[in-house]
Amino acid sequence: MESVGALPSRPRPRKRARTRSAAAAHRPMVRDGDGPGSRAAEELERTWQEKPGLVGWLSINNHKTLGLRFVVTAFFFAGLAGVMGGLMRHQLATANSHLLGPDFYNQLFSMHGTTMMFLFAVPVMQGFALYIVPLMIGTRNTAFPRMSACAYWLYLFGGLLLFGAFATNTGPDAGWFEYVPLAGPQYGIGKRADFWNMLVTYSEAMGLMVAVDITTTILKLRAPGMSLRQMPLFVWASLVTSVMIIFAMPLVMLGANLVQFDRMLGTHFFNPAEGGDALLWQHLFWFFGHPEVYFIFIPALGFVSAIIPTFARRPMFGHDAIVLSLVTTGFLSFGLWVHHMFATNLPELGKSFFTAMSFMIAIPTALQIFCWIATIAGGRLVMRTPFLFVLGFFFVLMIGGLTGIMLGSVPLDLQVHDTYFVVAHLHYVLIGGAVFPLFAALYYWFPKVTGKQLGETLGKWHFWLFFIGVNLTFFPLHILGLEGMPRRIYTYGAETGWEPLSMVSAVGQVINDVSTLIFAINLIRTVFFKKERASADPWGAGTLEWSVASPPPRCNFFALPVVSSREPLWAPPAEVTHVQGLSAQIREGLTTTVIDALPDTRYAYPEPEIWPFVAALSVTIWLVWSVWSVPGFVWGLIPPALAFLLWYWPNKKEAKEELRWEREP
Amino acid sequence: MNGIHDALAPAGPQALALFHLWNAMLVVCTVVFALTMAALAIALWRAPRATERASADLDAQPRKEAALRRSVVWGIAGSSVLLLVLLFASFYADRALSALPLADAVHIDLVGHRFWWEAHYEPHDPEQTFATANELHVPVGRPVLIRLRADDVIHSFWVPSLSGKKDLIPGRESTIAVRADRVGTYRGQCAEFCGYQHAQMALVVVAETPERYERWRSLQREPAHAPSDAQQARGRELVEQTSCAMCHAIVGTRAGGRRAPDLTHVAGRGWLGAGAVANTPKLRAEWIANAQKFKPGVDMPPIDVAADDLAAISAYLGSLE
Repeated sequence: MESVGALPSRPRPRKRARTRSAAAAHRPMVRDGDGPGSRAAEELERTWQEKPGLVGWLSINNHKTLGLRFVVTAFFFAGLAGVMGGLMRHQLATANSHLLGPDFYNQLFSMHGTTMMFLFAVPVMQGFALYIVPLMIGTRNTAFPRMSACAYWLYLFGGLLLFGAFATNTGPDAGWFEYVPLAGPQYGIGKRADFWNMLVTYSEAMGLMVAVDITTTILKLRAPGMSLRQMPLFVWASLVTSVMIIFAMPLVMLGANLVQFDRMLGTHFFNPAEGGDALLWQHLFWFFGHPEVYFIFIPALGFVSAIIPTFARRPMFGHDAIVLSLVTTGFLSFGLWVHHMFATNLPELGKSFFTAMSFMIAIPTALQIFCWIATIAGGRLVMRTPFLFVLGFFFVLMIGGLTGIMLGSVPLDLQVHDTYFVVAHLHYVLIGGAVFPLFAALYYWFPKVTGKQLGETLGKWHFWLFFIGVNLTFFPLHILGLEGMPRRIYTYGAETGWEPLSMVSAVGQVINDVSTLIFAINLIRTVFFKKERASADPWGAGTLEWSVASPPPRCNFFALPVVSSREPLWAPPAEVTHVQGLSAQIREGLTTTVIDALPDTRYAYPEPEIWPFVAALSVTIWLVWSVWSVPGFVWGLIPPALAFLLWYWPNKKEAKEELRWEREP
Repeated sequence: MNGIHDALAPAGPQALALFHLWNAMLVVCTVVFALTMAALAIALWRAPRATERASADLDAQPRKEAALRRSVVWGIAGSSVLLLVLLFASFYADRALSALPLADAVHIDLVGHRFWWEAHYEPHDPEQTFATANELHVPVGRPVLIRLRADDVIHSFWVPSLSGKKDLIPGRESTIAVRADRVGTYRGQCAEFCGYQHAQMALVVVAETPERYERWRSLQREPAHAPSDAQQARGRELVEQTSCAMCHAIVGTRAGGRRAPDLTHVAGRGWLGAGAVANTPKLRAEWIANAQKFKPGVDMPPIDVAADDLAAISAYLGSLE
């Protein structure tokens, strides 16, 4: 094996090289480059160890731990929201049901939607990206891991805050979209809408921070040789999503804050009686809200593009076309928002443009579906659970996508808008387009993360029951929508004739519950009782994350890899295989150029610190305080200001050490 | 009395245009779905099987790749053409919706409240105007031009057998034109979440022959019937003297409240409380005594009256044909 020699230290100011370990500073320098078991590997293990104790645990900023925390927390919230969905289907199974009252039901569907969109779908995709992307592009951590750590705590506290509010009968009750004036000062009673506004501010801040981290990581920390053209499709999907998040999230943060100002300070942004406009909120919300669907959908497309080549034993057919499709989808998704507002009195001609845009976005998705089918047709297939979930994705997503075309048409949308047809459509898109790929990804990367492979038999049971359950739950809703059943109603009279199909849907929901139970059993059995360890590359896949042990060492790579093809494990580089000569005693890595991924500078990853946790906690205090009192909105800013000041306070000793590492390459 | 509430049972030209569009979309989408699934099934069926340990095929066979490329290109070309067809079908249906001739239209002002519908017929003509609630009557074959306003939050007008939706947005006025071509009762329901009792905000549209409609209209313009027996007279007295008159209006009596549905001809309506209960003597009395039982959160408070007084109120209201 050959390697890139010690990189020339370029006289460039390095990022914060923080090492508090005085011992490391005085030992003779050890350079990386040797494999597991070597002195350098041992030294790297020590360097990347977490600090002990609770403070150490709260300080962790390793992307793998953060990604895992995001995914586990997101599934926890999804479980709660799933129970809420089950309750709603149970309530609607019969006409004139009095199981739940209107007040509780309204909170339930608002919480279900808010949780699934803000606390599950976006964080779970970002969690996967945090875990997988650095491994896939061959780096040791993300670029701004402390920011992602802070984002995680914000997310956790925001979610707990929302559920705490719900538990005390203060859950939001104006839908996940919080239309004003219903959520405004006049009609939004109590503190319910305030908590929703706070939660949105939270989760958007979280989403933005992680998106910035992932974008920077992908653009600057790729393995040498992994030019944009060699970059795996999942990384492309993560990049597109992150850039979209950076553009879309500020809109809804702004919107939620304007509503909060209306509620808290008596401004009149959305009050028509005082010159405001109720429709403005819908523009702000959907300009974010439609791309939001694609924040969930595009990473899922990335999962599918990562999984299909592995199980078809060949590179992806039409790799470049898929990349262009992802990017196009990202752009077009910003031009669709008005199709949520066709029933308002906007000019008719303008609406037609949005119909055309809504139809056009089907083309890049269709192209990807055709490329995947071509890959399958041209490959040799390995029928395993992840692949089954991908096949389920094709079926369910296609139905959701085709009903999406129907909804994109102005006149047809006027009939089915805000009916159960839309409920059916969005569940087909989000479950088909995101949850099926998510399960595929879970089964696929589970051995990498835990070192153990999920059971195949239970996995197949899980798939088939989930597939049947989802279709049984949501297909009848299309028909109910056409029969005139509006969304968000807590009950209906027997004279409407909506009862039989609602009952079918409730039965489907029970099947979903059973399949989820099987999945839980599979998880528990595998994690706690399975002895057999997975190899580094149990599926025979081709991307870099499979080159390291399962689970990966804390530093990911003992030697940073060098890449010369799209599937480095299938076609190993002929000459240079890895980078050599970075310090093993500080958390050092390599930045590369944005397009060609040529080695650029050495980079020291930030050390773990408690400050991200403290900062998130102090922001929580501010936001909760501001819900209850207007002065709290001002005085509450003091704790976060202090926390961020201390976090960024320059440290002379560290600066000196940084200089030493800089001079002594 | 239940009324038809179904986008697939059109009773007017607009709902019919939408129904045709739906059929076209359904056929095209089903064909696309079936073809794609067939392609996937063939790919799955014909591709050889392997295991995880099989080495990956890195060297593509040029002939096979070219065949795959052709299939993908044809697939995309076909999809694009079909999308274009659907796009024009959609534009065509859109034009059909706004092509309704409006000559000789019936004018109605419809105001959305939480959680009921207030209607004023011919609002511009003081000679002709009258108010009603939750139940519209329209003549078959004549266009109806409805001006929509919201009193509090956003609501949405939707009678699927007649036409698509139109939102009622506070601070904005919108209009929708519909026409019923067949006699019948068509049910609609508020389609934009408006809060606590969004579920019970139904609207009934009764389409009838022009003669019957004219009879109904001239009846509506008259003041309320005078009580015809002692019980009804007692009922009228109670309505005027207790809390009823604070919110409800009965033209021709001293009840002149404007916060709640006009009751001048309430006995002619099929439902009470925007679809909450059927307008039968028994349910009407129960509704008056405690509307919260049927529609929790409705503005109407429970009223505390003796049983015979309640019967009198109910009997009087029941006489207001």
